[in-house]
Amino acid sequence: MNMPAHSISPRGAAAPAKALRIIGLLRRYTAAALVLLLLAFVGGIEIARPGTVTPIWISNIILFAAPLGILAAGQTLVMLAGGIDLSVASVATASAYLMATHSSSSGFGAVLWGLAVGLAVGLVNGIGIAVLRVQPLVMTLGTGLMTEGTLIVYSQKMLATAPRVPAFIQALGSGKVLGGIPIDLFLWAPIAIAVLIGLRHTGFGRLLYAVGDNREACQLSGVRIWQVLLADYILCSLFAAAAGLVVVGGTNAADMSLADVYLLPSVAAVVIGGTSIFGGRGGYGGSIVGALILTVLNSLLTLLDAPEPIKQILYGAVILVLATAYTRLTD
Amino acid sequence: MPALLVLALAVTVAIHPEFGSFDAQSLAMGAMPLAFAAAAQTVVVISGGIDLSVGSMMAVSNVLAAVSMEDASFGQSLALAAAIVLAGALAGAINGLIVVFSRVPDVVVTLTTGFIWGGVALLLLEKPGGGAPEQFLALGAGTLFTPWLSGALVLLAAAVAIIWIPVQQSRLGLLLYAVGSDRASALRSGVNVGLTRFLAYVLGGLFSAVGGIGLIMTTGIGSPLAGVYYTLSGLAAAVLGGVSLAGGRGGIVGPVLAAYVLTLIPTDLIFLNIDPNFGQVIQGTLIVLVVMVGGLATLLRGRKR
Repeated sequence: MNMPAHSISPRGAAAPAKALRIIGLLRRYTAAALVLLLLAFVGGIEIARPGTVTPIWISNIILFAAPLGILAAGQTLVMLAGGIDLSVASVATASAYLMATHSSSSGFGAVLWGLAVGLAVGLVNGIGIAVLRVQPLVMTLGTGLMTEGTLIVYSQKMLATAPRVPAFIQALGSGKVLGGIPIDLFLWAPIAIAVLIGLRHTGFGRLLYAVGDNREACQLSGVRIWQVLLADYILCSLFAAAAGLVVVGGTNAADMSLADVYLLPSVAAVVIGGTSIFGGRGGYGGSIVGALILTVLNSLLTLLDAPEPIKQILYGAVILVLATAYTRLTD
Repeated sequence: MPALLVLALAVTVAIHPEFGSFDAQSLAMGAMPLAFAAAAQTVVVISGGIDLSVGSMMAVSNVLAAVSMEDASFGQSLALAAAIVLAGALAGAINGLIVVFSRVPDVVVTLTTGFIWGGVALLLLEKPGGGAPEQFLALGAGTLFTPWLSGALVLLAAAVAIIWIPVQQSRLGLLLYAVGSDRASALRSGVNVGLTRFLAYVLGGLFSAVGGIGLIMTTGIGSPLAGVYYTLSGLAAAVLGGVSLAGGRGGIVGPVLAAYVLTLIPTDLIFLNIDPNFGQVIQGTLIVLVVMVGGLATLLRGRKR
C-alpha cells in the first residue's frame, strides 16, 4: 500500500501530500525536530536583535538552563515511571534556605543540610507513593505544602541567623571559568551523563521504563516495584535540592519563594522534550533540549521588553502550543 | 467528613469556650472562597480530570470584580458579578477545549493555563487593591436575621445548590460520574466523553469565578496573587472530602465541609497560642496522612484476600 501519494491524487493535492511527508519525517526524528526548534528560537532572537547571539550569550543560556535542566532530570525520572513530582520547587527552595542558614560553620556541612532536605522529602514521597500506593500528584502536593509550611515556621525561628550564601555556592550559580564555561555546567553535565547512561544501560533505568509502561507486567515478572519507585522519588528530590543550591547561588539571596517559578518549567521541559506523563516513553535527552528551549524563550521574552505579566502569559501560551504540537505529532 | 467537622468544631469550642456568633461568622467568611475552590476542583476530578488553574481563575475573577466594581453602584455590581461568573465559565471552557482537543495531559494543560491566568490577573491589577460597594460586600460579609447566620454561609449554600443540584439530578451528572469512573466504557456506551469533560471544566470555571467574587466580599479588595493558595488548598479539601483523584467517586458536600475544617486549623492554633504558620504544615500533613491511611487500608484489604 506504499503507493506514492501524488500518483493517485490530482495535481492540486501535491502540497498537502508534501506537508504530510514532512510531518512523517518529524514524527520519525522527533529529537531532530526539537533541536531544529531550538535553533529556530535562537535564529529568531538573532533576527529580532542582530548581534545578540554571541559566545557570551550562549554561555549565559547554559548558565541559566542548568538549574532547570537538573530539576527536569528528576522530573523525567519520575514521569518515565508514570508519576509526577509537584514538590520539586518547594524542595529546591527549602534546600537553598537551609543551606544558607547553616553556612556560617562549614560550607561542606551546609551543602549536606540542603541535600538532607531532598533526601527527607524524597523518602516521604517514596514511602507514600511506592509502598502505600498514593497517587503521586496528591502525595507530592501534600509534601510540597508540608515542606513550604515547615520552612516558614523554621525561618521565623531562625530570625537571628541571617541566611548567607557562601562564596563557592555563588560561584556555582553564577560563575564562569576557562573563558566562559559556566561553573554550574560542571554539576549539570555529570548529572546529565549519569542519567542518560543510567536510563539506557542500567537495570534501574530499564526498570523505570518497564514500571511506567506496564506496572502489572512488572509485578508479575517479579520486579519489586516499591524499591524502584522509592529510589526514583528520592533521586528526584535530591536533584531538586541540588538545583535549589544552584538557583540560590545565582540570585545570592535565599527567600521563601526562590524556586517557585521553576515548577511549571520543570514539568514543561520534560513534556516538550517528549517524555510521556503516563510513563514508559521518552528520555532525558529531550528534556535537556526542552530546558534549553524554555531558557531561550525566556531570554527572547526579556528582549521583547514587555511587562512581567505579559511575559508570563506569552510564556504559558508558547508552552501550550509546543506541548500540543508535540502530543499531536507523536500520538 | 461531617464527623471530622463536628470534631474540629468541638475542639475549637473546647479550647476557646467563648466561641460565639462572631467566630462563627469569621469562620464562614474565611472558608467560603476555599469551599468554592474545593467545589470547582471536585466537579473536574469527578469527571476524571484535574484542574490546577482553579486558584488563578479565582484570582482573575477576583481582580476583575475589584477593578470594575470600585466606582460602581450596587445594582451595577450585581450585573458585573453575573458577567464575571460568565467570564469564569468561559475561562473554564478554554481549559476544557484545550484539554479535549490538544490531548496534552490535563495536569500539564491546567498547570500552564493557571500560569497564564496568573499573568492575566497581574495584568489587570498589579498589586492588591480596588474594591466594591459596601452593600455588595455585605452580601458575603454581613449576617441574615441572626448574627449566627452569615451571608457567606447562605451565599455558599445557595450557589452550590443552584449550580450543582440541577447538574447532579440531570443526565449530565450521571455522565460526569460515568466518564470519571471508566472513560473507555463510557465511550463504548455511546457517551460523548469529550463534551462531558469539557462541561466539567466549564462548571469548574463557574465555581472558581463565584469563589473569586466571594473572596472580594470577604476581604474587600482584589488580590492578584491569591491563585496558588486556593489551587492547592482547594485540591486538598477535595481529597480530604473523599473525592477520589482516580475520578468517578465523591460528592460536593464532603469537600465543602473539608474547607471549613482546613480553615479552622489556623484559627485553633491561634487560640492555642501556637504559631499559625504551622497551619500549612498541618494541612499538608493532614492530606498526606489521609491519603496514606487510605492506601494502607487498600493494601491491608489486598493482603487478606
